[in-house]
Amino acid sequence: MIPEIGLAALWLAAALAALQLLAGLAGARTDNAEIAALARPAAALQAFLCAIAFGSLLYVFAVTDLSVKLVATNSHSMKPMIFKLSGAWGNHEGSMLLWITVMAIAGGAIALIERRLPEKTMMATLAAQAFVGLGFYAFLLLSSNPFERLAETPPEGNGLNPLLQDVGLAFHPPTLYIGYVGLSIAFSFALAALLTRNVTPEFARVMRPWVLAAWIFLTIGITAGSYWAYYELGWGGWWFWDPVENASLMPWLAATALLHSASVLAARDALRTWTIMLGVIAFSMSMVGTFLVRSGILTSVHAFAVDPERGSFILALLVLYIGGALVLFALRANTIAEGERFSPLSREGALVVNNIGLTAILGVVLIGTLYPLFTEAFDVRVSVGPPYFNPVSAIFFLPMMLVLMVGPLLRWRNDNAGRIAKPLALVGAVMVTVLIRSLFYDDIGLLPFLGLVLAAGVAVASFAPLFGRTLRRTPLAIWGMCIAHFGIAVAMFGMAADTAFQKERLVAANIGDMVEVGPWTGQLETVNAVAGPNWTAMQANLTMFYEGGEGQEAHPQSRNFWTPTMETSEVALLTRWNGQLYVAVGNQGEDGRWQLRLWWKPFVTFIWYGGLLIALGGGLALIGRVAGDLRRRRQQASGEEVDGESHEEALA
Amino acid sequence: MSADGAKGGLKPKHQRLVLIVLAVAALIGATLLAMVALRDQASYFYMPADIAANPPAPGQAIRLGGMVEQGSMQMQDDGVTVEFVVAGDGERVQAVYTGIKPDLFVEGSGVVADGRLNAEGVFVADTLLAKHDENYMPRELEGMSSEEMRAELQDSVAGNGQ
Repeated sequence: MIPEIGLAALWLAAALAALQLLAGLAGARTDNAEIAALARPAAALQAFLCAIAFGSLLYVFAVTDLSVKLVATNSHSMKPMIFKLSGAWGNHEGSMLLWITVMAIAGGAIALIERRLPEKTMMATLAAQAFVGLGFYAFLLLSSNPFERLAETPPEGNGLNPLLQDVGLAFHPPTLYIGYVGLSIAFSFALAALLTRNVTPEFARVMRPWVLAAWIFLTIGITAGSYWAYYELGWGGWWFWDPVENASLMPWLAATALLHSASVLAARDALRTWTIMLGVIAFSMSMVGTFLVRSGILTSVHAFAVDPERGSFILALLVLYIGGALVLFALRANTIAEGERFSPLSREGALVVNNIGLTAILGVVLIGTLYPLFTEAFDVRVSVGPPYFNPVSAIFFLPMMLVLMVGPLLRWRNDNAGRIAKPLALVGAVMVTVLIRSLFYDDIGLLPFLGLVLAAGVAVASFAPLFGRTLRRTPLAIWGMCIAHFGIAVAMFGMAADTAFQKERLVAANIGDMVEVGPWTGQLETVNAVAGPNWTAMQANLTMFYEGGEGQEAHPQSRNFWTPTMETSEVALLTRWNGQLYVAVGNQGEDGRWQLRLWWKPFVTFIWYGGLLIALGGGLALIGRVAGDLRRRRQQASGEEVDGESHEEALA
Repeated sequence: MSADGAKGGLKPKHQRLVLIVLAVAALIGATLLAMVALRDQASYFYMPADIAANPPAPGQAIRLGGMVEQGSMQMQDDGVTVEFVVAGDGERVQAVYTGIKPDLFVEGSGVVADGRLNAEGVFVADTLLAKHDENYMPRELEGMSSEEMRAELQDSVAGNGQ
């Protein structure tokens, strides 16, 4: 009964999306207020119905209803409850249902909350959101029905890929999807702006918090995903440039560029066309990423092979939406009037450099990710990995870091170099210090070396905008910017330090043997068998000493799951303030020795601290902006004098 | 100096043109750079027969796929370096890997590895890519043509090397 309720709710939601599309278009193009009045309730009700559908899916997974095909193929009655639930989105159909649910909730949220835009633009936005939604409803209902029943109920399910049975990963897809699909709002806003030819600073101010919210989730999702790959896959790295990782990085790059260009539009009424373009590109990248991952076209550890029929369906959606949006953009871009002027040496100028840099990196990542597909058409198989991505993206990324030190200090419109000389001298001094210090390590690669120097510079420069301000009265948005930029420096430092100073040791050890790596020494004490709810493992027990200090225990495991059968490596991590010891255990050789792999990774944790700081900065900025909007709305409601957005806030 | 002073007073229209030219130039530059880098850095997929017919330069990153020959696996004394032979279509490539041996890396099964040939023509593997389940290499592979086997090996590769 429950699966049928979920399916019925989905069909109803799809019907409402069709209604919303028509009502929205009518509202945007005519003055028929009665029809237009249907659009907002349709969006809100749609969100509610999707939530019911998704709740139904969670329920059938929670009770392991094996008559539902999806549960039988992806779950198992013996799994811990948390993984039963996360199994609901750890597969193709469930993740697409999550996608459409997030999209409907986002649409419902704009419909209920957003009152600042001209009504016609708002109606066009709701129409666009419904238009995109309809394609995904069709995809779900026609080719990926998550509620499909089996003719015969099997005695037991197939289980969930053990790699996905991890708390970190359980929440990774939802976070990422909220980010991915949240960008659909920017896409709909951009289309609406083109349709109604309404591109104003006010429009950018309305769009910005939505983009910011999506971007925060995307940032957290990417950070968590990187950490998951680091400790779950047991290979000691934190970013592989895997197609699946790139699929989440590309929308992030576009959304980051969009945030920055939207702030130029909001504050100075420039970069109008460019902002609209990025609004289209950001969600297009979400869709491209989903296509790459969900179609199984690029085989990768998380891309579960799916039949080509589905891939073609998503491809058709891509062509329809991205192609359609770009055609509309091409037709209408000329009708958007030019924005305000600015000189190259100004805040706008720096933000243009930021945008061009981010877009170039996006292009580089996109080309590298799609290249294997392209060559395969000519029957040549290649793989593209870090040797391509690292240097080519660094060529654009490192100069951007120089601009990041200067940009936030520049004035809008026009500036002279003399004014920012003092803070820059301080930044320069710090960089020179790091430079000299780094020269003592002669075996650092060029990229990590530049990374360390620039990280130091950005770390100092990121707080420079706070100098000479009354801190208590500084808008949250400025704090947010400083913290997010500081987060970039922290993450960059972590990456560079880990790459430059990592020590690795691979040994085959007998019980009682000493092992050492970098400043750590210790001993393999025992190896014993342990069992979990759906796995058994061999666990190595080591005691490790950092520079002869207090002993810490490490218990890496080599796990064997039986539903489905698979071996995974559970690494042991010993965390200190200045890095992590990473220990993985392999198999026992014929001579009875155990394979152990140890890494000492200085400051590696800073990578994820940095990611979290970036998200925190975004969160502060979002709170600041939303609070400001609420205050003005309250004043409007009570008929008080409305303070315009204070000069400070507007220019933040 | 006024905003208009810098470039002798760009009109908004001209400024937009300058920005578009800049953006297009940067993107074309990025694309060209990407293409040049891909030519050098993409690693091509080889099977033993391809290496025999047209060996890659030593040191060039490649991806090698084939079957681990029965009886070819030899663990060296250090307990972490394993020598083996990758075979396919009657050709053989001597290979060596240092690292934790995945469970599924066994004789008679398929293997895909990233690495490079050294000066002696031995393939030095950096990572073994094994699919994370027991159905890694179906028995049917025995009778496959090399084309089918190539596709099978490629498609069963996990993106994250371990």
